[in-house]
Amino acid sequence: MNELALAVPWLGKRNPQAARWLVIAIAIGAPLVAMMFGRTWVRVLDFALLYILLALGLNLVVGFAGLLDLGYIAFYAVGAYTAAFLASPHFDLHTPIWIVLPLAAFFAAMAGITLGFPVLRLRGDYLAIVTLGFGEIVRIFMNNLNYPINITNGPQGINSLDPIVLFGWDLSRNIQVTEELAINSLFLYYYFFLACVVGSIIFISRLQISRVGRAWAAMRDDELAAKAIGINTRNMKLLAFSLGATFGGVSGVLFGTFQGFVSPESFSLMESIAVLTMVVFGGMGNIAGAIVGAIILSALPEILRHLAVPVQQALFGHVLLDPEVLRMLLLSLAMILMMLLRPSGLIPANAKYSHIRYLKAKGVTE
Amino acid sequence: MITLLEARNIGKRFGGLQALSDVSLTIRKGEVYGLIGPNGAGKTTFFNVLTGAYTPDGGEFVFNGAVLPSGKPHLVVAQGIARTFQNIRLFRELSALENVMAGHHIRTKASVWGILTQNKSTVEEERLTTERAYELLRYVGIERFATATAKNLSYGDQRRLEIARALATEPQLLALDEPAAGMNATETVQLKNLIEQIRSDGVTVLLIEHDVKLVMGLCDRVAVLDFGRKIAEDVPAEVQKNEAVIGAYLGGGHKHAH
Repeated sequence: MNELALAVPWLGKRNPQAARWLVIAIAIGAPLVAMMFGRTWVRVLDFALLYILLALGLNLVVGFAGLLDLGYIAFYAVGAYTAAFLASPHFDLHTPIWIVLPLAAFFAAMAGITLGFPVLRLRGDYLAIVTLGFGEIVRIFMNNLNYPINITNGPQGINSLDPIVLFGWDLSRNIQVTEELAINSLFLYYYFFLACVVGSIIFISRLQISRVGRAWAAMRDDELAAKAIGINTRNMKLLAFSLGATFGGVSGVLFGTFQGFVSPESFSLMESIAVLTMVVFGGMGNIAGAIVGAIILSALPEILRHLAVPVQQALFGHVLLDPEVLRMLLLSLAMILMMLLRPSGLIPANAKYSHIRYLKAKGVTE
Repeated sequence: MITLLEARNIGKRFGGLQALSDVSLTIRKGEVYGLIGPNGAGKTTFFNVLTGAYTPDGGEFVFNGAVLPSGKPHLVVAQGIARTFQNIRLFRELSALENVMAGHHIRTKASVWGILTQNKSTVEEERLTTERAYELLRYVGIERFATATAKNLSYGDQRRLEIARALATEPQLLALDEPAAGMNATETVQLKNLIEQIRSDGVTVLLIEHDVKLVMGLCDRVAVLDFGRKIAEDVPAEVQKNEAVIGAYLGGGHKHAH
């Protein structure tokens, strides 16, 4: 939270307290503003929150522990398919969300450990290649496990997942307040996802300032030295993989239930790369970076999609560039500019791994 | 004198190179033990085998009466052996304070669940770790840089920080790999005082060093390695007179002379 407030341009350094309230106000008010432009934009925000969850989880693995993971979306898939198996007409199971979520988190963590064991000795490029392969293996399994026994329903995917129901309250139904005024279901999902994101931020910032966070950072900066001061790097790597995967699994469940439909297509290599790009673009190794990167890179393409055609028509009278082409073009441009101007991301990591307040009595300040 | 560490016939081979052969030595509790020898004599290899970074091909270490696990650095640290590196290896992106706190990792217990819920024992442990780390920074004399990022510290301060980080693991034996390398005269004197302080606080020190003056002034006993073999082990004054040692350093009359 503090990191995020400090990252607010201009205000953050001058008045962190005000910046914090600003962040809270934006988080709560965003869907209301978006609604003025239409329901689609609230939906975009909902997806942005899912991407934030993913980016936070991946940042744990890549940014904190320094393990380059190109197959992260596999855990998202594990979560989404767990929800699809346990809460849809596919197997005719309708497990409540409170059971699906922890189970999906558990399965994703197990998948994380499964990936973690064989790659313990790998680093950098080699690790990236193996994790990339892992991501593809999971997707291909989902794609082909419809024969001889139909488990995943193959490329068609699984339909009509149960919506999230909290204490008998169905998030997929609008709440009718009065005759004219109804609270759209998209809002309900938004605030539920927001609660998940806030919970994750709290959890991750606690992890960061703990023996675990420091052990990860130590491993990332110098693995040999980390071993030499007694850090069990094997366990710490597995912990990073499994905890990171847990976030992927949870957001997978949210994605599946929100969308009501899962298919292997959603879990392609491009998605892994997209999430990694968010982390790198925002700034590796800090929570604020992952969040900002996820918001910008998930919302920008949508904005483009809606603006590209009308703007080009107004300027040139006809459409020169297809929005999809333009999107890739601008994304590449953004990456190149980032590499040139801010090589360590929009918000360069300035992560704290200790509470200086414990040393106040000794007169130590930041 | 109580024996703290006993190396028994340690051997290590890298392909065709016999880096260590049959090295046996005994380090007593409370002494500063020097390990010297020409470049490539196997001193750092000995460190790496001792601290579990390498597995020895033969022999074993007995520490406090128990055989040390080989090839498992974190278990060796848990037993009470800490080391520093010849080429400084700090956690560059962490602050000086956090480097030392990371060193305390093995003596802390907080679980993921405890961290998630921030229960009483976790919070208390974190507070103690922070305070202890600060005390260690003060001990080595760099507490004013507590919040500075490690990579921005001066060379001499980085050396000190590495020692503080090693001390944070609460070792009984501190193994220093060329701590004075690249230091100027003033810094070397300060380092000597620091090592003496560490010894008087009850930590046994194993020292690899090229600075002969430092070794002779500081060490209680010295072992000399040459081509992976121990050629002498004695008090500094005697080692200085030893024919084989002079031969190893000057090349005079030694069969492996270059």
